[in-house]
Amino acid sequence: MDNIAGTKSSLTWAVHISVVILVALWLFPTLGLLVSSFRTSDQIATSGWWNATFPSTQNLTLRTEPPKSQIEREGEFIIEGNLFGSAGSSQIQVYGIASNALGAYQVGETAPLRNGGTITVLANGDYQMKNSEAFKGKRGQRVFVTAETPPKFTLENYRNVLFDPANSEGMAKAFFNTLTVTIPATIIPILVAAFAAYALAWMEFPGRALLIAMIVGLLVVPLQLALIPLLKFHNFVGIGKGYFGVWLAHTGFGLPLAIYLLRNYMVGLPRDIIENAKVDGASDFQIFVKIILPLSFPALASFAIFQFLWTWNDLLVALVFLIDATGETTVMTKQIVELLGTRGGNWEILATSAFVSISVPLLVFFAMQKYLVRGLLAGSVK
Amino acid sequence: MHPALQGLITIVIGVGGCVAYYYFSNQFLDKVLYPPRGPRAGHNINRANLIRPWLFLFPALLALGLYLAYPVFETLRMSFSERLPGGGSAFVGLDNYSQMFAEPKFWEAMRNNMLWLIVVPGLSTAFGLLAAQLTDRISWGNIAKSLIFMPMAISFVGAAVIWKLVYDTRPIEQEQIGVLNALYLYFGGSDPQTWLTLPIWNSFFLMIVLVWIQTGFAMVILSAALRGIPEETIEAAILDGAKPFQVFFKIKVPQIIGTIVVVWTTITIVVLKVFDIVFAMTNGQWETQVLANYMYDKLFRANDWGLGSASAMVIMLLVTPILIWNVYNARKEMR
Repeated sequence: MDNIAGTKSSLTWAVHISVVILVALWLFPTLGLLVSSFRTSDQIATSGWWNATFPSTQNLTLRTEPPKSQIEREGEFIIEGNLFGSAGSSQIQVYGIASNALGAYQVGETAPLRNGGTITVLANGDYQMKNSEAFKGKRGQRVFVTAETPPKFTLENYRNVLFDPANSEGMAKAFFNTLTVTIPATIIPILVAAFAAYALAWMEFPGRALLIAMIVGLLVVPLQLALIPLLKFHNFVGIGKGYFGVWLAHTGFGLPLAIYLLRNYMVGLPRDIIENAKVDGASDFQIFVKIILPLSFPALASFAIFQFLWTWNDLLVALVFLIDATGETTVMTKQIVELLGTRGGNWEILATSAFVSISVPLLVFFAMQKYLVRGLLAGSVK
Repeated sequence: MHPALQGLITIVIGVGGCVAYYYFSNQFLDKVLYPPRGPRAGHNINRANLIRPWLFLFPALLALGLYLAYPVFETLRMSFSERLPGGGSAFVGLDNYSQMFAEPKFWEAMRNNMLWLIVVPGLSTAFGLLAAQLTDRISWGNIAKSLIFMPMAISFVGAAVIWKLVYDTRPIEQEQIGVLNALYLYFGGSDPQTWLTLPIWNSFFLMIVLVWIQTGFAMVILSAALRGIPEETIEAAILDGAKPFQVFFKIKVPQIIGTIVVVWTTITIVVLKVFDIVFAMTNGQWETQVLANYMYDKLFRANDWGLGSASAMVIMLLVTPILIWNVYNARKEMR
């Protein structure tokens, strides 16, 4: 359409800018979490993540060495050292020695101490305290500095969340639990649904239209209704809460969409192939296994992605059917909700855990987007 | 046994069991019950073909019946009864419903759900339509689309964390780490706000999270619909002197109105079921309760199955018009 006279408007640049803004708006929140997961807790707490690539200015309270480390030189008592422990990359701009006069002195200037003597602080944190008589007391002098720290990113958070054996968050365990829930819950419904979809697409029998209508209806039944009756049922047959129950539940909840998607796809396959096979003496079972199943791969793939994303991201079904009082079988979504409740301020742990949990679906999403879109277009009822 | 191993065995048994069921039941039908041989071969083939569809359908129908259809009726029954101590239940008529209607928290959930029902499908569809229209016209549109579509893959819980960081609040003397407060102060706000505790507004802040997730879905569907519009109609409109906005609103939108309705109703269903976002971000505090979370509260915190089932039936009731509409459309299409 762009080649018709009058459509190539001068507004093209406006379109580009609008899309840039839209994409930026949609990306910005996720980017914030990603950047935060690579920062230390101090950095997250003292500056916005959008400042992460700039040096950050922090107000720090540091201490000099205690008086017992003083040395006597040419009649003066001297304490020397570095406020940061060792000269690092932070640059001090101003400093003070009282909490009510934070930036009273420039670096290099000499400040008089309240209990006698003087202190000089340099930009890299080196200091020298001088006094004509010995320094007294147990603790070092407090120094209030305003320091500029260059941007720094760390993988420490990921190491803590995933590999630290002492880590109480148990993200690694939750990760494997989630995987254990997801894979059977994705694979089992596919096969069940494929057979049913074939019957609904290519076999003639009374009541077929009614069944299809029923499946379309079941597509939108909120699974909230199923929670208590099914929990009662699981307890009744002795499954209780556990992996088996959650696999069954996900299978049941995923089936309407699976059947609907696959039937819609199979009905579109060319009639000739199937009729030729029938003429050649193939049974329905053979036609299904040898012809329909391989041809339906795109639809199978798109349902598999849906079901994978849905089971991986699920919280409610896991809460109700899987996670018991011991908490051994917790999944990542539950773990993150827990972190939100108990450690809502620890953004470095929260951000990293959240990113670990969304990285797998994101990977699947970007790798298999084609099938996902195709599935959405075929079954946009759920 | 290690759960991963258990999972592996379940896959093998589940898949193997399904395959075995289908294979042997078909074999049984063809070889034993109605073999297509002998004097009654024709009759047998017809009989076998009558039965076979049900062999194919049986496992799916069993699962659907047990996991979706039966619970609807069981929940309906439970909403009219109450649990007796020591097991069992007694019919109490409409008691659960009248008790629920007397609770202010229920009406708060209803009011919020109605707001969600208007705002989220509306904004998602509008943004989706905008994004679809704009990205279809530029060379890097597919990349833009895939980035806007990306939140679809993120769990509601993950999205809750992402947006909690956006809404984070620090005391005034510290630097803000939440974007919203940083912007608010930058544009002259006096005090950092705790956004999620401001009644009414906080519901909108939660809705934004779902809009953010669902816009990509709307965009993908609507973009396909926009591309399906016959070019002649647009060319004709342009030759007749239609402005770009007129082309969009008077030519394109009316032609995809059916798809817009589908997108709208689909997001409506998602909204009615929304649970994780509220559960993770505010847990219904500060007047942000919604029906699904209210129901979870009643079922699993208050342990009141009667009241919980009654609120689940309210969700079902709200879904029913869409259910009927979908079934009606599906039947129309099949004819």
